[in-house]
Amino acid sequence: MPHPLPWYIAGPLIGLVVPALLLLGNKAFGISSNFRDICAAVAPAGIEFFGHDWKKTGSWNLVFLSGLFVGAMIAAAVAPPPVQISAHTVDALRAIGVHDFSGLAPHDVFAWSSLLTLRGFLCIIVGGFLVGFGTAYAGGCTSGHAIAGLADGQLPSLLAVIGFFAGGLATTFLLLPRIL
Amino acid sequence: MIGYFLVGAAFGAILMEAEAISWFRIQEMFRFDAFHMYGIMGAAVAVAAGSLLVIKRLGLRGADGQPLGLPPKRLGSGLRYVVGGSIFGVGLALTGACPGPLVALVAGGVPVMLAALVSALVGTWVYGLLRPRLPH
Repeated sequence: MPHPLPWYIAGPLIGLVVPALLLLGNKAFGISSNFRDICAAVAPAGIEFFGHDWKKTGSWNLVFLSGLFVGAMIAAAVAPPPVQISAHTVDALRAIGVHDFSGLAPHDVFAWSSLLTLRGFLCIIVGGFLVGFGTAYAGGCTSGHAIAGLADGQLPSLLAVIGFFAGGLATTFLLLPRIL
Repeated sequence: MIGYFLVGAAFGAILMEAEAISWFRIQEMFRFDAFHMYGIMGAAVAVAAGSLLVIKRLGLRGADGQPLGLPPKRLGSGLRYVVGGSIFGVGLALTGACPGPLVALVAGGVPVMLAALVSALVGTWVYGLLRPRLPH
């Protein structure tokens, strides 16, 4: 298996998830809805946003998500990706304090032992929180907005994707150099 | 339900093998150092858009008689998309992962992402709590 799987194979296959879910049961591709459904299942706490019938609307998506988990686990075991990124990115990251380029994410930051360091806490805990908060606020993530929404020509999704980039670029060039 | 599981499994395997779940690839994307992630997103959108057109042209309907298609998102002031999207963008660059990849990373090699995933659930829960007071 070539690594990474080339974009012209991976991209179209990911795009086909949208019609596949429609044909299977007229379902809209969107991973972050699962977060809302899990909150509704685990701790609804009388909050209106979690008062929906998650079993009725979200069971299929939780099954999809468990498939994602198993598929990623098998793929990582059978053909672990080496992740050889551009030399330019390596130099830029080395300059701001990343030294381990061996895994899917830098071990200097993404390890249990760095959870209580400032950069580990910011990248893992604060970053995770913002992913959950931001996708719920925006009503979707990369799958729902950047793939399905854009493909359907929906203006709200374009606004969301502009936001994804604004936040990502600001973090990459202003925040990461200060915390890594 | 087995269909959803299998499509999900294929999606998870592709995300892993295309390395789209890697923090490094996300950095490469935001630094405009490689075409890889843009190629994936662009091709995915093109194929999804083409499929949606075909489905619409054929007038395909589901088992309940409803036409197949994505529900339209309400624009409103648009603020929630720009602000919520930007907040997610910050989280995306910090963790190097979207919601799907967070799950894939726990499954395939970076167990500490479980902490990020739990934190994401807390983030969604806090949004639900604050929702009545946030501009949309």
